[in-house]
Amino acid sequence: MSDFQHQAIRLTAQQQPLTWLESLRNKATDAWLAQPWPTRKTEHWKYTPMQGLQKTLLHVWGTAANQILDKALQDELIPVDATRLVFVNGVFDAKHSSRLPETVVRFSQADAEQQALIEKYLGNIVEGEHHLFATLNNAWVDDGVLIHVPRSQRLDKPVYIVNVVTAVAAVSNQRVLIVLDENSQAEIIEHYLSSADVQNGFANSLTEIHLGDNANLQHYRLNMEEEHAQHIGAVHVDLQRNARLRGFALALGSSLMRVDYQLNHRGQGAELDLQGIYLPRNQQVVDYHTNICHWVPHCTSNEVFRGIVSDSAQAIFNGRIYIHQDAQKTLAELSNKNMLTSNKAEVNTKPELEIYADDVKCAHGATISQLNTGARYYLQSRGLSRAEADVMLSFGFINELLEQIAQPAVHDYLQPRLAKLFGRDNSLNEVNVLAELADDKTIG
Amino acid sequence: MLRITDLFARVEEKEILKGLNLTVKPGEVHAIMGPNGAGKSTLGNVLSGREGYEVTGGSVDFNGKNLFDLEIEERAREGLFLAFQYPVEIPGVSNMEFLKASVDAKRKHHGQAELSAVEFMKMAREASKRVSLDQAFLKRGVNEGFSGGEKKRNEIMQMMLLEPSLCILDETDSGLDIDALQVVANGVNAMRSAERSFIVVTHYQRLLDYIVPDYVHVLANGRIVKTGGKELALELEEKGYAWLENEAV
Repeated sequence: MSDFQHQAIRLTAQQQPLTWLESLRNKATDAWLAQPWPTRKTEHWKYTPMQGLQKTLLHVWGTAANQILDKALQDELIPVDATRLVFVNGVFDAKHSSRLPETVVRFSQADAEQQALIEKYLGNIVEGEHHLFATLNNAWVDDGVLIHVPRSQRLDKPVYIVNVVTAVAAVSNQRVLIVLDENSQAEIIEHYLSSADVQNGFANSLTEIHLGDNANLQHYRLNMEEEHAQHIGAVHVDLQRNARLRGFALALGSSLMRVDYQLNHRGQGAELDLQGIYLPRNQQVVDYHTNICHWVPHCTSNEVFRGIVSDSAQAIFNGRIYIHQDAQKTLAELSNKNMLTSNKAEVNTKPELEIYADDVKCAHGATISQLNTGARYYLQSRGLSRAEADVMLSFGFINELLEQIAQPAVHDYLQPRLAKLFGRDNSLNEVNVLAELADDKTIG
Repeated sequence: MLRITDLFARVEEKEILKGLNLTVKPGEVHAIMGPNGAGKSTLGNVLSGREGYEVTGGSVDFNGKNLFDLEIEERAREGLFLAFQYPVEIPGVSNMEFLKASVDAKRKHHGQAELSAVEFMKMAREASKRVSLDQAFLKRGVNEGFSGGEKKRNEIMQMMLLEPSLCILDETDSGLDIDALQVVANGVNAMRSAERSFIVVTHYQRLLDYIVPDYVHVLANGRIVKTGGKELALELEEKGYAWLENEAV
């Protein structure tokens, strides 16, 4: 057992948790202390550098720090017409949040019926024994967000949850529970930010999602923290019959960012699409572990992750697809493509396919490559310098995925920001805007 | 415009061009025909500066400059344009952004200001109309999912926007049906002028019915083995290349 584990548990004493969550917390505390701290020999943590976190002093909850979103971060929010919830250092910032509809409630404000629903699902979708930090999230669970869409309803606006860390050495536990009943539909954006000056902060986030029969969810998880942030998080999803999940993950990189996706097809005919982009630079670390489990027949999974790793950054991608012997007629595809832009950049990618059924169609592939020289020559032959061509091609590599983002506000927010990371000129976006206008015959 | 003197070039240790001579004056259209493997595409690649094509002898003067002193992009900005036989697909890179960046690169090179988005849009719309390419193609990824004919029309549209002084068309007619061929040829013919020259590389005489050349050259075994007027193309169509290949050895 590590110092980090002990410190983490000592911190719980500083909380004044909701009493009806105590049994989950207590059980998780025991489990957390019973698990070994991951080392280089622990399979799922093999490449994740944990030394930094181990040295982090967990001595203060974010509650001791700033609880109001500052001006600079306000400008970083996505301008989307949505029900917005802002948490600053783990504390709800009512001033910058919307009035909540009945479908969205904080755990601390839940009525008896909602508490019963939370108790039914919270900690039950997640498979804690495989996910150390999900266990920690259970041990720390306090306030959180419940989104419950009743049968045959549809959220009239997306829910936009913003979690920011602004304080030095602040610890923040972030929890989201999404329950979509039969035939319901929702769109949910989780956005993680931090102030530029945050040192040694640690955020532990966990999202559990239950998709009932024929439910439909669009889910975005955007990790856009600054250089020195440390974030470990997970998204666990159960899909029932004919449910549909469309997920998008983004990590720009921080000193440590690890996110696990655990996706379970539990009802026939369920479909999921998961796309992800990671762009670590400097000495950042990004680690995505995804595990898609097909337990039943006739489900479809399509997963595409792409990363560009620069400078001395490190990316880890582990994509597992497990197909149970009962899961006949499964269609599953996984692709992970990486580009390294420096000799010191590092990628560890591992696609894993475990198939125990005989009538399935599966494909997986992982590549690490340089830019396409044919494409570069083509652009140069039209007058672009090699450097300009490389910028255009690198951005194109991830823009292919950005173009598929269904929510226009998210797309329009991300595209210029990521383009800027590539040192690209924004007037090019202006060209696209004008192209739209041209269709309306307003110019020319 | 262009003077190629005794040009030798190889690809992966294999000598492809073996002492090629060709002079193109402003306003002229030269057709280069020849059998497969004669070095037709190599010529275009060598002139545009593709990696892997090693020049082992000879010289090329392009508008008073030593072509081989120039980088790929400098040749383009100086007015050399190669329309590719197989234009590459670049998903994720918007055709329009690419085109504007190309045009601006050339303008900057010549000391002109970059175009505003509005100015560029007008030009691009005009050009896309001239090659009968729907404007939707401007917004797609470069050549992404384009049919063979659409790719070739996109090449001609780029040529129109970049206004090069020397256009090299590398088997632009391959894979085109008659309608697409006419669109492409009309685009080329509209650009013909007293200052602009063309080298039309083709395997078939058919294209030369639409783009009528001033000279026809036969390239075989890495050299020009015969030069004539447009009627030479018809003769080649009839007799094939074998009688000339023998001459070249």
